[in-house]
Amino acid sequence: MIAASQIQGRKVKMHDMCLRDGMHSMRHQITLDQMIDIATGLDEAGVPLIQVTHGDGLGGSSLQFGRSLHSDREYITAVVSRMKRAVVSVLHVPGIGTLDELRMAADCGAGCVHVASHCTEADMTEQHIGLGRKLGMDTVGFLIMAHMTPVENFVAQGLLMESYGATTIYCVDSAGYMLPEEVTDRVSALRAALHPETEIGFHGHHNLGMGVANSIAAVAAGASRIDGSAAGLGAGAGNTPLELFAAVSERMGIETGVDTFKLMDVAEDRVLPMMPKPPRADRDSLTLGYAGVYSTFLYAAKDAQRKYGIPARDLLVELARKKMIGGQEDMIEDTALTMAKERGLIPA
Amino acid sequence: MYRVKCAIIGPGNIGTDLLYKLLRSEVLEPVWMVGVDPTSEGLARAKELGLKTTSEGVDGLVPHVVADGVQIAFDATSAYVHAENNRKLNELGVMMIDLTPAAIGPFCVPSVNLAELSAEKVMNVNMVTCAGQATIPMVRAVSRVQPVDYAEIVATIASKSIGPGTRKNVDEFTRTTSDAIVRIGGVKKGKAMSVVNPAEPPLIMRDTVYCETAETPDREAITRSVHSMIADVQGYVPGYRLKNGPIFDGNKVTIFLEVEGLGDFLPKYAGNLDIMTAAAARTAEMLAREILDGSLKLMPILEGAV
Repeated sequence: MIAASQIQGRKVKMHDMCLRDGMHSMRHQITLDQMIDIATGLDEAGVPLIQVTHGDGLGGSSLQFGRSLHSDREYITAVVSRMKRAVVSVLHVPGIGTLDELRMAADCGAGCVHVASHCTEADMTEQHIGLGRKLGMDTVGFLIMAHMTPVENFVAQGLLMESYGATTIYCVDSAGYMLPEEVTDRVSALRAALHPETEIGFHGHHNLGMGVANSIAAVAAGASRIDGSAAGLGAGAGNTPLELFAAVSERMGIETGVDTFKLMDVAEDRVLPMMPKPPRADRDSLTLGYAGVYSTFLYAAKDAQRKYGIPARDLLVELARKKMIGGQEDMIEDTALTMAKERGLIPA
Repeated sequence: MYRVKCAIIGPGNIGTDLLYKLLRSEVLEPVWMVGVDPTSEGLARAKELGLKTTSEGVDGLVPHVVADGVQIAFDATSAYVHAENNRKLNELGVMMIDLTPAAIGPFCVPSVNLAELSAEKVMNVNMVTCAGQATIPMVRAVSRVQPVDYAEIVATIASKSIGPGTRKNVDEFTRTTSDAIVRIGGVKKGKAMSVVNPAEPPLIMRDTVYCETAETPDREAITRSVHSMIADVQGYVPGYRLKNGPIFDGNKVTIFLEVEGLGDFLPKYAGNLDIMTAAAARTAEMLAREILDGSLKLMPILEGAV
């Protein structure tokens, strides 16, 4: 149980993901006008950080991950010029995005970067975190699929990122797999190990419906940044719905500086009408959270079901068994082909 | 029969795996292993296997090059020291095979362009990257059938088989691979991405190649070309396999590969390292045959004359 005293009066920065993680649900086809409409709404509601990139981060526009309607440069430039208070952030995954692309993002006015690696591979981020700092960006170490490594190693990876210069370290529940207790364990272990001035963040997915509960657990354990999306627009069953988190925070006395009603309006009036369908823990999204699969695998798994007749749920369970991680989207079609051959659906 | 004498610079994982491959060669004879750390396990192992060793770097090798008849050197150190190593050995007429991402010399992927390179009589060839060795043969298999506007590759490597140098400088790996996709893959534009997977037991290297053809792809011709190129690569990397594809979707052609290593010194999952050492050994063997039949004469490159 979380005691009110643990969180009463705590200050939390909300970070909206619907124009980055939401790009997955929109198959990277959000228009510049839609981005500007949503971002200006979030800015007016007082959301201090807004992420704008291809769903897989800088350089993500590709055959592997899907091409975006516009380049990262066009999206970032369009949104930055319209912000009154909010800082625009980008996702950057070494191995996908390059240092040149990070320089481009900073040139276009992005003020914050989430430098991501799988939760065991923090040493891929040294140059990139270093460059983020050098460019004067608010530089975050973003440890994805955090459920896939034990707490001690997770903390060791966070310490590495901190040593490279990251001033915030994130616990990222990319699969929407974690339960509040697991969030508490990871965040409190990070809090005990990192410098007191290093911030901690939590990024949740709602595949098991735990986005808000996990975010509250993270705050209680010492997190001061929470990612979520207006109307929950994000991969899988979506990110932590940010307006829900805002309302719960108000009830619990967490200070977010965000106008909850205005944020509800952005979700209802600007984000919801854009969605092909609202995110929901349907059986495939639920499987992501249940089996611990990278949330963005949902879309290619559904495509493969249509193309090869392998149920997306079977495919996702198999991908979990094979320990596939974020970035391995190619293995979805490959695994579907192999399964379809085994089941006699296509010639071997 | 006389075999062409070789030196390996860098007694780490790559250098040691390469040594095992060269010991089996009918045309190459490894005679020197060069390191910088006298306590290195790799140097000790090379010594046990009958090689001369030095821990003084390339400067420790240079005085012996002529007397010991070294004609080919493999550099498995780092891009930072490769230029100096290359200069010192090229001056003595030693042909350099570069396994670092330095890329001073032209790129070499044996199944794609080794024959052309040997005709050009260069004194330094670069082995691109493991992802390049694994994927460029497939890019070429498509582009030799019809024009390709864009090729993209994704390499997934087991965490245990990727060293600190590559981790620290993943952009260099990406850049070298995408340059080579264009230059020797024969396409207009290239993109390379990599994923490091920590699963236990470690996953075998996987590579996926996407090509976008300018016109509607000729499915039969591309499929034939891909199978024939797979066989060519299997000639030096027996664990190189087509897992699925080619799959056609509009103008997009997708090819799914797996690269299992031979397990000489490195574990079998480290197909990424095996394909580098196998490609380097293959390249050296072809050059050695030409040296032995007199068609290739190595000439010293003096400083300033490059």
